[in-house]
Amino acid sequence: MSKTIEEINEKIKKGEAVVVNAEEIIDIAREKGVKKAAKEVDVVTTGTFGPMCSSGAYFNIGHSNPRIKLGGGKAYLNDVNAYAGFAATDLLIGANALPDDDPRNKIYPGEFKYGGGHVIEDLVAGKDIRLSVAAYGTDCYPRKKLETLINIKDLNEAVLFNPRNAYQNYNAAINLSSKVIYTYMGILKPNMGNINYSTSGQLSPLLNDPYYKTIGIGTKIFLGGGVGFVAWNGTQHNPSAPRNEKGVPVCGSGTLALIGDLKQMNSYWLRGTSMMGYGATLTVGVGIPIPILSEEILEYTTVTDTDIVAPVIDYSSDYPNMISNTLAEVSYADLKSGKVEIDGKQVPTASLSSYSRALIIADTLKDWIKSGRFPLTEPAELIPGIESGLNTKPMNERPIPD
Amino acid sequence: MIVSKKIVLHFPVRLVDRSIVYHLIKDYDLELNIMKASIIPDAEGLMVIEVRGEQTDYDKGVKYLTETGVRIQSLAQNVMRNEDKCTHCGACVTVCPTKAFKLDFETRLISFDASKCIACGLCLKACPPRAMELHF
Repeated sequence: MSKTIEEINEKIKKGEAVVVNAEEIIDIAREKGVKKAAKEVDVVTTGTFGPMCSSGAYFNIGHSNPRIKLGGGKAYLNDVNAYAGFAATDLLIGANALPDDDPRNKIYPGEFKYGGGHVIEDLVAGKDIRLSVAAYGTDCYPRKKLETLINIKDLNEAVLFNPRNAYQNYNAAINLSSKVIYTYMGILKPNMGNINYSTSGQLSPLLNDPYYKTIGIGTKIFLGGGVGFVAWNGTQHNPSAPRNEKGVPVCGSGTLALIGDLKQMNSYWLRGTSMMGYGATLTVGVGIPIPILSEEILEYTTVTDTDIVAPVIDYSSDYPNMISNTLAEVSYADLKSGKVEIDGKQVPTASLSSYSRALIIADTLKDWIKSGRFPLTEPAELIPGIESGLNTKPMNERPIPD
Repeated sequence: MIVSKKIVLHFPVRLVDRSIVYHLIKDYDLELNIMKASIIPDAEGLMVIEVRGEQTDYDKGVKYLTETGVRIQSLAQNVMRNEDKCTHCGACVTVCPTKAFKLDFETRLISFDASKCIACGLCLKACPPRAMELHF
């Protein structure tokens, strides 16, 4: 059995495509068998909704009168630092950016109530944002100061661009020390008081296409409530990570860089997020359709939370000091049960990504495809797989000669 | 009948230096568990307490407090979840010391039982979208 994206799109156009989410396909394949399921099902939809720090947005604010050159100057959006290193009126803001006067961790643990992620949420929600610019002035761009409200509807372009999203599997975080620690994996109580994890497991995009056989550059996706695209592989994309017998990476591995028009996105799916003692970030909704081109691809989408295993990593000492040490391997089925046993101790677990929202994303994407408004795209090129030999290197830190 | 209630007491400035809690225990035979107290000279004082005792004693104690000028609020009204902000991730579940948050294994939604809440404030900090709000 094999299908092409073109054939699937014909069915989508006619309203005849069979589309199910990554949770439903598990039972369908169990009942009907992989062969029959692959023949009947055309698309499997996935979803994830969790904090993704490597996210940001860029936009063009239009030319003021007289003109001002942002590039090389300083710019703030609601007091949060924006990056003004492009041309005169282009601005970039990252999810982790903070106001200059945020105390950060000087008052430990810092609260990080408002940062770049919150600016993006407010912008998408249609709220006015305060833009403040200090420029150096040139003959053609004489103005040196600008204080104005801006609104997404007035911007020429507003683009969400996330260099690293949708991590394929991730660490489960624990704290072996005797004091509370505040991490990007949330608050970790002392002496293995809790475990935090963050993926949607069996619903997660890259865990349903573990060898990146369908997801590639140009794949059209659900992004932040609107339509986006896979732009590239994400940073730290690591296809060479160790995998179990089902092909599922046993630690963080593949990643995606995503892009999309911010103007048609929705603040319900782009949430400014504060990690106590760590920083501000953005919770991003991502959903990716997987075309069932073959039995092999269908088989990948039948992955369950029992098949996916996460490494339990100590964030008090091992993680900060780059010590590679997996305390235990636990399945998402176990993590989702609310507690796991580590060294004979029952440790309560919590998730940082919302499974219920991930399911809504997968179902929304399903409805879009079924209604015919979301035909699938053929990737321009697949992202690097195992054969690329690509892996993530630590920093090669070297002294700078005098 | 024995009752046990969690309440918030607001002490006006003029009462901050009076030993009201002492009278509550001694004169009305009530058992108190102080969960939070913020008493600063020349400012309104605030105390979160769990009160346990006979219903009649409790009622008399509340009457004493009210007549003295202490404003009483039920704790359940103080910690609230902003439903628009909550994403049902679940980060609150393990930090809450009284298990006020519960994960529904079927829907994967998180419920908040305000009656179990002691207003410690831990969830306010642990909530990534800052959906938990404290209103004193």
